[in-house]
Amino acid sequence: MPSKGLVTAALGRHRHDRARLIDILRDIQAQAGCVSPEAVAEIAAGLGVSTVAVEGVATFYHFFSARPAGTYAVYLNDNIVSVMKGRAAVAAAFEKAVGCKFGETTPDGRIGLHRTSCIGMNDQEPAALINGVVFTSLTPAKARVIVEGMKAGMDPKAMVASFGDGANASKIVRAMVKNNIRKEGPVVLAPFRSGSAIKKAVKLTPEEVIAEVKKSNLLGRGGAGFPTGLKWEFCRREKGEAHYVVCNADEGEPGTFKDRVILTERPHLLFEGMAVAGYAVGAKEGVLYLRAEYAYLLPYLQKVLADLRKKGLLGKKIAGKTGFSFDITIKLGAGAYVCGEESALLQSAQGERGEPRDRPPFPVSSGYRFLPTTVNNVETLCAAARILEKGGAWFKDMGTARSAGTKVLSVSGDCKKPGVYEVPFGLTVRRLLEMAGGTDARAVQVGGPSGCCISRGQFDRAIAFEDLATGGSVIVIGPQRKLFEVIHNFMEFFVEESCGWCVPCRAGNPLLLRKLEKIMSGKGTPSDIADLESWGKTIKAMSRCGLGQTSPNPILTTIQNFRELYESKVDRNRDFKPEFDLAESVKAASEITGQKLAAHDPENPHA
Amino acid sequence: MPKTKPVLTFTIDGKKCRTSPGQTILEAAKANGIYIPSLCYWEGMKPAGACRICTVRVGGRYMAACTQPAAEGMAVENDVPDIQDMRKAIVEMLFVEGNHMCPTCEKSGNCELQALAYRFQMLVPRFPFQFPVREVEPAGTKILLEHNRCVKCLRCVRGVRTRDNKTVFGALKRSKDKKIAVDQALASALPEKQARQAMDRCPVGSILRKEVGFAVPIGKRKYDKKPIGSEIEKAEG
Amino acid sequence: MSKPVIATASLAGCFGCHMSFLDIDERILDLIDLVEFNKSPIDDIKTFTKPVDVGIIEGGCCNSENVEVLREFRKHCKVLISLGECAIMGGLPAMRNGIPVRECLEEAYFHSPTIDPADPRLMPGDEDLPIILDKVYPLHEIVKIDAYLPGCPPSADLIWKALTSLLEGKPLEIPYSLLKFD
Repeated sequence: MPSKGLVTAALGRHRHDRARLIDILRDIQAQAGCVSPEAVAEIAAGLGVSTVAVEGVATFYHFFSARPAGTYAVYLNDNIVSVMKGRAAVAAAFEKAVGCKFGETTPDGRIGLHRTSCIGMNDQEPAALINGVVFTSLTPAKARVIVEGMKAGMDPKAMVASFGDGANASKIVRAMVKNNIRKEGPVVLAPFRSGSAIKKAVKLTPEEVIAEVKKSNLLGRGGAGFPTGLKWEFCRREKGEAHYVVCNADEGEPGTFKDRVILTERPHLLFEGMAVAGYAVGAKEGVLYLRAEYAYLLPYLQKVLADLRKKGLLGKKIAGKTGFSFDITIKLGAGAYVCGEESALLQSAQGERGEPRDRPPFPVSSGYRFLPTTVNNVETLCAAARILEKGGAWFKDMGTARSAGTKVLSVSGDCKKPGVYEVPFGLTVRRLLEMAGGTDARAVQVGGPSGCCISRGQFDRAIAFEDLATGGSVIVIGPQRKLFEVIHNFMEFFVEESCGWCVPCRAGNPLLLRKLEKIMSGKGTPSDIADLESWGKTIKAMSRCGLGQTSPNPILTTIQNFRELYESKVDRNRDFKPEFDLAESVKAASEITGQKLAAHDPENPHA
Repeated sequence: MPKTKPVLTFTIDGKKCRTSPGQTILEAAKANGIYIPSLCYWEGMKPAGACRICTVRVGGRYMAACTQPAAEGMAVENDVPDIQDMRKAIVEMLFVEGNHMCPTCEKSGNCELQALAYRFQMLVPRFPFQFPVREVEPAGTKILLEHNRCVKCLRCVRGVRTRDNKTVFGALKRSKDKKIAVDQALASALPEKQARQAMDRCPVGSILRKEVGFAVPIGKRKYDKKPIGSEIEKAEG
Repeated sequence: MSKPVIATASLAGCFGCHMSFLDIDERILDLIDLVEFNKSPIDDIKTFTKPVDVGIIEGGCCNSENVEVLREFRKHCKVLISLGECAIMGGLPAMRNGIPVRECLEEAYFHSPTIDPADPRLMPGDEDLPIILDKVYPLHEIVKIDAYLPGCPPSADLIWKALTSLLEGKPLEIPYSLLKFD
């Protein structure tokens, strides 16, 4: 239990800084196993804010808990690819061996079993985090061994039997995670010599750097595709006491994991991209917002930063350029998909609940600490560094006319070679499936749940901003899969991850999910399909941020591309069918009073 | 002498409107005698864009009128059937999301959510009732929080602060579990005027000043005779 | 020409909507000229004897018998109207919807105050008694409903306006002053 000492120490470590509330809470959670109401009150008193202000932040993030999460807190991924790869059997093995259900902690407080959404390991599912340590490719047998280890009091790190490739095996990481790099492209995953970008950049004026990036036609890799050069230009033009570069390393879209690989194998390219951006916009500080699931990379990334400082590529007078100083700090999240949305990320980086802001003003004018900020994706910043190294024209030559360069894709699901593929824009889905060994797919989810589910007839469509725009998640859905299960999994995800700020997303998504379940249970009519379409359209139009604006996509894109699936599930000859089931609804009372329904429910004879 | 403010012109449903730069579409509409329905908006408070009922369409894009500044030449769509129906859908979502038992509610007749439902002629929500399990929470000595009715408009969170600028209300959790909570000690210490203010600013019957209620008889309540927004539409004449 | 036939019922309601119906006062004489009543507590006809044009139901469904009656109405009535808050959204009875059935029953039969010290505290379980549902349901979540008249109760004027519109085949337009949820 948290003693006064823990809170006092955490507050001291983080200088009683309200903006570092998430760091404070992370410390308490890690040390005490929970953020108790007493701890909340102590933190509030220490920071001079109300208890609700602290509790609001503590209850927003998935990895904070009010009750003890267990000395060993097991977070097993429940996204659809984990399900495809045998999550149910692994979960059952954990429950049996531990002796409690998911969502519970053992009475002695030793082990807690929890579910979590995608942890960025889709190429090696089922995967789990135990006290931040990653366990991949789990089987029931492996789960039993892990439980034995926990019962014996082993350090989770010591339970990692073998290490992955590349930097995963390095002394400072020691993770079992595999990179699964299947195709190295010339932009992001090709070898990179530190300094080769920033040294060229500082020979140019900031305006010339921006011009070079503009010339390359680099569009933001997060999925929205805003021109990077233009964003930098807007940011540079804004007046403010400081400018910031924020790197969005909160890839939370289920099925994406390419940033994990970039952070593992090309962090120096990324950090150099941030320095280039800093030079271009006039920033002295950069922030890498790292998702909590990747905290296992933190010491390694800190070391890379230290090395770059030693080499004069970060810090003061970078690359010998007088007057140019730039450094990077890393901020950790605490488990919230919505923080991938740039304004929610900024709130979170400032120690707040990860709720998006209203725009305007945009981050370029009011971003981190409400000062001019360019927020860029990991891959975008890597591409920017490479553009400075090799030139905008070189970059623009690759890809399509509208989508220049390459895209790093995270391919997972029903394919022989899941992993990371860096391919030129314009590549067809069919070609990608051939490369990954998934040509018999019945459907492909491009861009994760918020993207688009396409059918076999559309496999000649291209990965590009002008056709299938994607942040990089590609989930292959094999012929044996039930598509409704996939859609349902995605909708549950959105229901859970909504920040709850706006009504259509908070209240609308649960209603969409319930309607979907009505159809799945065979109680649907054609009007229910029409309702899904109409309600989905309302949620998209009325929601405040990208989460709500795309959350109905799993349903809407499958109604569009797999309409026959929905039609086969509904009763075409009826215009009304209730969810209500008499037999089901008297069950509870029957058990208590011993009464029985005189006859079977005539409306639901199969109930 | 007041300086003449720079003026910009734009249209709402084809009607020419004039406003000064920096004003939001919602404020500008009001000044021009046009009502854009809203729930979480409160004059003088930083807009939250939370309820989305004030959503309008400009050039095919949807935006909240309470947070979007009006711009020169903007053509705003407001009172058009598809947008009105989506707004109505949001009101209906709120009705099924909580437990809104109007016949038992102290705020009935003065409730903005109910008034919007009347204005949109809601007879029954198109969505199934969720009947969530929520509680009634004594929030300090002066206030009662009726969570069944809360619409999370954040007016209390935004609008009620102590003299040393601490927030008294706050949002907890996220998604459908999101709820409003109160700092018990700070709420008990609120001056009477502020406690009343918290209740008055709550658009529904979620924040109640203890020992106060049903003060105005049926027939004389705010929305008994005239729809919400009619005061704005009248004003222009 | 035969007159349109009306039937009414009160399920999990308080009969307040029926009382409000009677509040149409002397207009009830006009109504008798215009329509014929079939199954209804107003004329005490217990079973349907012919097809019905308009069925009007107050109250939601809280037990198996409510569901049976409602389905019977749906079968016999061309148009079915949901009358009042309880029918439309469960109303006051639905305030139990967040409480588990066991707690409700035990509170009612085991823990409630009694004047009989020898009260055996039995849970009634006779087969002839309706079984209570897990929660109180609005009517339209069980059968298709054609029209809704909100209010607690809906005013006599609203009921009158709705009936006359229906009989004249006109769409129902509810003036602002008649649309109330309380």
